[in-house]
Amino acid sequence: MKLLTVNFLSCPLKSCKTSPKSFPLHFKDVEVVADPEGAPYNREMLLGLLPRVEWGALVGSARELGFTGLPGEKPEGEGVEEEILRGVWEVLVQTQVVSGKLVCGSCGYEFGIQAGIANFLLPGHLV
Amino acid sequence: MLPTPSTSHLAFTHIYEPAEDSYLLLDTISSAYEAEFLRKQFPEGTSPPPLVLEVGTGSGVVLSFLTANASAIIGRGDVVALGTDINKYACRGTAETMRIELQRVQKAVAEANTASIAVPDPLTALSPGLFLAALNMDLFSALRPSLVDVLVFNPPYVPTPQAPTLPHPNFDVGISTFEVESRYLELAYAGGPTGMATTDRLLHGLDGVLSERGVLYLLLCAQNKPEEVAERLRRGYYGGSDGSEGDAQGGGVRWKVEKVGSSGRKSGWEVLSIWRVWR
Repeated sequence: MKLLTVNFLSCPLKSCKTSPKSFPLHFKDVEVVADPEGAPYNREMLLGLLPRVEWGALVGSARELGFTGLPGEKPEGEGVEEEILRGVWEVLVQTQVVSGKLVCGSCGYEFGIQAGIANFLLPGHLV
Repeated sequence: MLPTPSTSHLAFTHIYEPAEDSYLLLDTISSAYEAEFLRKQFPEGTSPPPLVLEVGTGSGVVLSFLTANASAIIGRGDVVALGTDINKYACRGTAETMRIELQRVQKAVAEANTASIAVPDPLTALSPGLFLAALNMDLFSALRPSLVDVLVFNPPYVPTPQAPTLPHPNFDVGISTFEVESRYLELAYAGGPTGMATTDRLLHGLDGVLSERGVLYLLLCAQNKPEEVAERLRRGYYGGSDGSEGDAQGGGVRWKVEKVGSSGRKSGWEVLSIWRVWR
C-alpha cells in the first residue's frame, strides 16, 4: 500500500463522509518495506500529481510511519530542487505498507491491510 | 493490435476469467475513435496525470492493458491506475497480472533503448503508467471524491432472481469450497432482476467520484435495456453529488452518453455494448 494511495482514500462509511476526521486514515501496527525497484522516479509525473495530493495529510501519514523529512509546505513551481522531489517520490511511491491497519479518526473502525492490499468491506449493518 | 496481458498465472476458481465482454471493453477503449476523444479530453502536457479507475478488476486484464498501453490509448504515458474489487482474490490476482504486464513492458522499453531503436522520446513514450493498488471495496466507497478521470466498469450485468450477497466477515466460513467459489463467482455476474442492481448504484455515485473532465466507460448487455439506461443518464435520473436527487423528473446530473462499441448483432439484436458517459 503506497502513501500516495492512502492520500486518495477516506473512510467508506456513509456517515463518516461528512466528517473531516475520516481523512486521512491513520496507520496502526504496520509493517513497512522500502521498494526502490518499484516505479522509477519520474519528475514530470510527480509535478503533475502534486496538485491532487493533500499535503498536510501526506506529511501526517509519513510521520506516522517514521518519515519526518518531507517539507512542511507542498513543493511548487518548476524550480523545485531535484533532491527534494526525489525524496517526495520515495515517500509517496517507493514505500510500501505491507500489513497493518488503517483507522478512521471519526468512527474508529479499523480496516486491515494484508499483503499490501487494504480491505474496506464493511459488515452489513454498517453499510 | 496492442497485446492482451497474460492471465495464465491465475486459477479461475474465485475470479472471473476474461471473456467476450472483457475483450470488447479493451477493443473499444483502444479504438481509433476513442483515441481521438481521449486525446482531446486529456491533452498531453496538461495537469494532472489522468487517474484511471477500474471498478471490478477481476483478473486485472483490462486495468493492466490500459496501464501498459497508456501512451497508445490516451496519448500520454503519465497515467495513474487504480483498481477496486469486492472480491479479495480478484485484488490479489489483479496485482499479479499488473506486475507481470508492467515487467513485460519495462523489459521491452529497456531492449528498445539498448538497441537504440528510433522512437520518439523513448522513456516516456513507451513506459507504462503508474499502478497504485487493487483495493478490496464495494465500488469506490473508500475513494475521495472528484479524483477519477477515466472510470471503467464491466458490471455484474446478468439478470438473476436476486442481487448477490455482498461479502461480509462470515462470507466464506462454515461452507464447502465449492460453495465459497460459487459465491465469489456470483459476485462477478449477478445483477438482480434487470441485471442493473450494482450498475444503478454506481451510476448514482458517478457525479461524486468523477473529476470535472471525468469519463465513464460502461458495458451493458441487451437485457439491461441499454437505450433506456442511456436516456435515464441524459435526463438526470441519477443523483448528483451536490445532493440533487435524481428521479423521474430529472433532478440529477444530465450526462452526455454515446454508444462507442458493440459486440455485433446476433440473431438480429446486439448482445453487448460499450457506452461512454461524460459531462
